[in-house]
Amino acid sequence: MRVTFEVNGRPVTADDVWAGESLLYVLRERLGLPGSKNACEQGECGSCTVYLDGVTVCACMVAAGQAHGRRVRTVEGLSSPGGGQRLDAVQEAFLEAGAVQCGFCTPGLLVQADDLVGRTARRGLGVPGDAEIREHLAGNLCRCTGYEAIVEAVRLAAERADAAVRGGAR
Amino acid sequence: MEFLSPATWEEALAAKSERPDAVPIMGGTDVMVEINFDRRRPPALIDLTRVPGLREWRADGDGVRLGAGVPYTGIVDALGGAAPALAAAARSVASPQIRNRGSVGGNLGGASPAGDAHPPLLATDAVVELASVGGVRRVPAREFYLGPRRTARRDDELIAAVLLPAPAGPQRFAKVGTRNAMVIAVVSFALALDARSRTVGTGIGSAGPTPLRAPGAEEFAAAEFDWEGGAPLPESAVHRFGELVAAAARPIDDVRGSAGYRRHALAVLARRALARAAADYREGGARCA
Repeated sequence: MRVTFEVNGRPVTADDVWAGESLLYVLRERLGLPGSKNACEQGECGSCTVYLDGVTVCACMVAAGQAHGRRVRTVEGLSSPGGGQRLDAVQEAFLEAGAVQCGFCTPGLLVQADDLVGRTARRGLGVPGDAEIREHLAGNLCRCTGYEAIVEAVRLAAERADAAVRGGAR
Repeated sequence: MEFLSPATWEEALAAKSERPDAVPIMGGTDVMVEINFDRRRPPALIDLTRVPGLREWRADGDGVRLGAGVPYTGIVDALGGAAPALAAAARSVASPQIRNRGSVGGNLGGASPAGDAHPPLLATDAVVELASVGGVRRVPAREFYLGPRRTARRDDELIAAVLLPAPAGPQRFAKVGTRNAMVIAVVSFALALDARSRTVGTGIGSAGPTPLRAPGAEEFAAAEFDWEGGAPLPESAVHRFGELVAAAARPIDDVRGSAGYRRHALAVLARRALARAAADYREGGARCA
């Protein structure tokens, strides 16, 4: 079947998609977007986390046909469109906090962390506490066990977003 | 494999009638895992995500009619007051990403005895609404689970909604697992006190071939409980309740836990749930809900 949807703001089409194929497979193997990682294929690790119509999901558990006509945003779409090399604020914070070791879990964590910052600090609802950060990232596994630095990175990104909202400027 | 995308509920029912072997898919958190791991190759998938209304809930008499596809996130956000035990169970499901997709309809369709939604549905006497081209029928959750992954749903039927009665007393849900997230229950337990009918409802998860009730424990607690004042139950009665719940379970040894551990943990969860529900009852907050 043919599946057409929007990825990171641009329309895409994939042909000859098998009915049981996942959105993750289409993104990685048909659309050349390998940022979302394929690891557990059962929703356990969060490495394939993407936004689907603004809600974070594991792309391995979305049937490709379910994405037809929908909006998808992947880790490749976090940094502002047309921004060249510039990283998104959450990506910058991960870099600064040393929250990346092998990097395999990083794309999924970035998307899920972006979701948390977007639901809290960027909306003027303050910086989430550690418990809230850990709860929001509970579905993302880092087998290098770099969780302390990851939580720190999310806090840093949220603090900056909070300051920007309060200062009325970015 | 075919991918069917009905745009309306009528189209979905017609598709299921023509293709009873087709597998409905909503959040995909069970179905896609089976496909990814080559455990299942259904001849067709029926995508229900485009069917209007399945992701909605509304007041229905005193209670709530919960569309089969409302994701757990929606239940957590909206139904903490209208369905406390189910909302607590929804909060314990997997991770945010899974809660954004998974739904009670999916739990009922898959009918794993470990599904988190089942114990609250049993304890609160919820009703499952099944639909086919022939019409709608309502089956109490207490009559829905027939055997290992077997339910009262016929092959030509889809799960439309779940009818959640208004709480008439405190409700509790508890679950044991190795982590505070991403856990398939080792055991789970739900309890509902109903001050109107002066009955106690229970639901046991992950400790038998199907989700189970503990009727002996329900009758015992209903007879022992001080429905007027909600006085604390004697330690011996709480202990006996735990024993009766554990005795109603039919657990097996598996990778998640031994049968012995499951019985033990269930008794602990049941004791805590009853003592805490009694305290809630005294405080009165939940009675007014």
